[in-house]
Amino acid sequence: MPTSITVNGTAHEVDLPSEVPLLWVLRDALNLTGTKYGCGVAACGACTVQIDGEAVRSCQVPLGDVWGDVTTIEGLGTPESLAAIQQAWVDHQVAQCGYCQSGQIMQAAALLAETPQPSDDDIDAAMSGNLCRCGTYPRIRAAIKAAAGMES
Amino acid sequence: MASIGKIARRTFLVGAAAVAGGVAVGAWYVSRPAPNPLRPEGDETALNPFVIIDGEGVTLVAPRAEMGQGTQTTWAALLAEEMDLAWEDVRVIHGPPAKAYYNSAMMAESLPGPAGYARSALQHKLGEMAGVIGKVMEMQVTGGSTAMKDGYERMRATGAAAREMLKAAAAARLDLDAGVLTTEAGAVVAPDGTRLPYTELAAEAAGFEPRDVLLREPSEWKLLGRALPRLDMVAKCTGTETYSIDTRPEGLRYAAVRMSPRRGAMRGFDAEEAEGMPGVEKIVDLGDGVAVIATNTWLAQQAVNAIEVDWGPAAYPETTGAIFDEIEAAFDLDPDSTLRDTGDAETLPEGAQEVTAEYRLPFLAHATMEPLNATAWITAGGLEVWSGNQIPTFVRDACAEAAGVSADSVTLHTTPMGGGFGRRGELDFSVLAVRVARALPNVPVMTTWSREEDMTQDFYRPGAIGRMRGAVQDGTAVLLDASVAGPSTARQALNRWTGFAPGGPDKVHVEGLWNQPYAIPSYRARGYIAPDLQVPVGFWRSVGNSYNGFIFESFLDEMANAAGADPLDFRVQLAEPEWDPAARVLEAVREMSGWPDKPEGTGRGVAMCYSFGTPVACVIEVADEEGEIRIARAWMAADPGVALDPGIIEQQLAGGLVYGLSAAMTGEITFADGAVEQRNFPDYDALRMGQMPRVEVRILERQTHISGIGEPGTPPAAPALANAIFDLTGERHRELPLSRAVRFAT
Ligand code: FES
Ligand code: FES
Repeated sequence: MPTSITVNGTAHEVDLPSEVPLLWVLRDALNLTGTKYGCGVAACGACTVQIDGEAVRSCQVPLGDVWGDVTTIEGLGTPESLAAIQQAWVDHQVAQCGYCQSGQIMQAAALLAETPQPSDDDIDAAMSGNLCRCGTYPRIRAAIKAAAGMES
Repeated sequence: MASIGKIARRTFLVGAAAVAGGVAVGAWYVSRPAPNPLRPEGDETALNPFVIIDGEGVTLVAPRAEMGQGTQTTWAALLAEEMDLAWEDVRVIHGPPAKAYYNSAMMAESLPGPAGYARSALQHKLGEMAGVIGKVMEMQVTGGSTAMKDGYERMRATGAAAREMLKAAAAARLDLDAGVLTTEAGAVVAPDGTRLPYTELAAEAAGFEPRDVLLREPSEWKLLGRALPRLDMVAKCTGTETYSIDTRPEGLRYAAVRMSPRRGAMRGFDAEEAEGMPGVEKIVDLGDGVAVIATNTWLAQQAVNAIEVDWGPAAYPETTGAIFDEIEAAFDLDPDSTLRDTGDAETLPEGAQEVTAEYRLPFLAHATMEPLNATAWITAGGLEVWSGNQIPTFVRDACAEAAGVSADSVTLHTTPMGGGFGRRGELDFSVLAVRVARALPNVPVMTTWSREEDMTQDFYRPGAIGRMRGAVQDGTAVLLDASVAGPSTARQALNRWTGFAPGGPDKVHVEGLWNQPYAIPSYRARGYIAPDLQVPVGFWRSVGNSYNGFIFESFLDEMANAAGADPLDFRVQLAEPEWDPAARVLEAVREMSGWPDKPEGTGRGVAMCYSFGTPVACVIEVADEEGEIRIARAWMAADPGVALDPGIIEQQLAGGLVYGLSAAMTGEITFADGAVEQRNFPDYDALRMGQMPRVEVRILERQTHISGIGEPGTPPAAPALANAIFDLTGERHRELPLSRAVRFAT
């Protein structure tokens, strides 16, 4: 039986077993490939999306358990119309390989929604589940602060 | 924009049209141009293998793998600088695999002779000529931190030649002398202000021969030398960059694989349960492994994990201990190389104090963020492959062979890569995708490795043992006798690429040990190879330097300590008479960090490594946090000769440091029962945001030749950290990872 989910404001009927993780529904069924696979075990954050504004690891949420509206990186902003946080990422030239950055941005956006003026400790606590093998952490921190209007 | 799909696979149709009649100014070094692989369509004109112009604008070809290191941005800037393109109009593609895209710097690195820093101008020229071999061998390779060295003159010359062809066309059209014309923002400008956009001139310009060009002085540069917005940045911040894992051709199927955890044979398997699982379309017997093709990657993973497989034994010792026994035994063999032997390293000078130490480093995985994957589509017309790889010409040929088709019928899309670090210089994951796709002809099949598969099927940074003996006298080093043992990465990797490995000493195994710019009167460096050790090993960011840097610079610290000298002064005194740029990067980190002053309760360590032509010095500060070690700050200084894009260089140095610190802190691959024990990030972790030190980077431009930047940030990380911990705790750690002995704050 198809399952209905709403992603970036669009309703979808998905014909996959209900235990398939949201990550693989997004990527392989809906072709929303901005959300990335990194580990499948909640250890890297590459798959981070938001459900009702809360940052979640989409590799850990079965399709049948999706409890609200899903927002992915594609729903945050587009190349033609960047969200403020994406603009901060571009301004600070954060990405290297870029593979982790969708997850980083979704995590950071959820942080800022909850804590508009995050301290360094807040940033460490919120972002330490998001691995970046290229080591872009200093620029991520700077971009978060810029998006929060806290640039020094 | 010229699309990759419109570009011919291999050869240029000579004389096909009025356009681009073989004008390959890219072959600026060599006498005969390689064929232009670009086959323009419609209104496109390919002025040379690197410049395509159509009605909409100019597209530049940067045939170097973009793994995050920013190479495509700077490569495009080299062309755009001399072509006078406006940066916001620049578009870049990777282009097809082709001879014209050979790497002229890769072979030069392997030339015999003195250490790179000691080469004369003539020897550098010889290096450029050796690049011709790269062309003959069709070596389109991204690696060895060579892209800028390779492209620096070649791409500026190519851009300048294209500009002159466009000016010649404008001159003919306006009936003026080309000498009175100028170029600006993608147009030729006449003295009366008339602007002729390149887009209008391209077809005519292709009719003119490129002529000799003079390159502009750096003082005239408008794009180079500054931090440009990266061409891939907006896509990477919006989830719209398409890595190979994002390939989505119509009708795509998704496959998961399992290969032998012991890297050997498969004796048999039982797939009964898997066959009935949801989404499964096909179980594939690969002979040496199994694959499941399904409607969804996760369903394929579930099914492939449900297959019971009987794996054969490993071709190497089954445990980490037994593997290291074999490495250690190599010290009893004749040395594979003695690349440096100055003075008399045998004899302890009179009155000198002897110092000895042994170091051990583990095997390491690459763990790129994007797990390995590739997509293959076999049809009657040929083979189409999407693969993020560093060696397109080799990948094309290997995939053709695996599919049983000719290389001419292969279309290879080299996509952006979610990290490479050397792993994507291998052929295996592309070939495996082709082998899986053969089971389902006429259907595109993506084969994605699970993280577990990615980690257990790696070609690892080899484990190594360093044995060091030195002597100090009057506060300085008078003797250094360095040796290192391990398997030969270069021989294994070359064998996989080409089916043979040339004889002679393995230089890569001892890089970072024999060629350090220190004036030590007696200095010997020997490499020992464990000849029969078949553990799969491969190139890992900075390769031999990644272990030799730790061995050498930890030991230099021990010598400084034995000599009662300040470790930074000790290094500067040895570097200054040998090679000034090495001393200058040390002086830079001294000034930046305020050495020797340091905050209460902290320790500081310094290291300087010369690799890929670039000296990098690093000071790390650690603090004690209730018995845990926190890496608080790091200062780095590097001299790549010419800083083409300081923003990207800063990224690469800091990123290289993080990669090295991650390995030094916790990175370790171990073996039990012939299989790798680490399977995913929980057991092979890396440095995270909360552990990231504050980093300051300074770029110097004092050395004469342009050198690499993608790898040199990694080697000094581990020794600077271990030296800092010694400064803080008085404990010398000679084994990595440090987490065996030290608790790091999270
Ligand atoms: S893929 Fe979900 S946390 Fe890594
Ligand atoms: S930018 Fe490459 S993993 Fe973060």
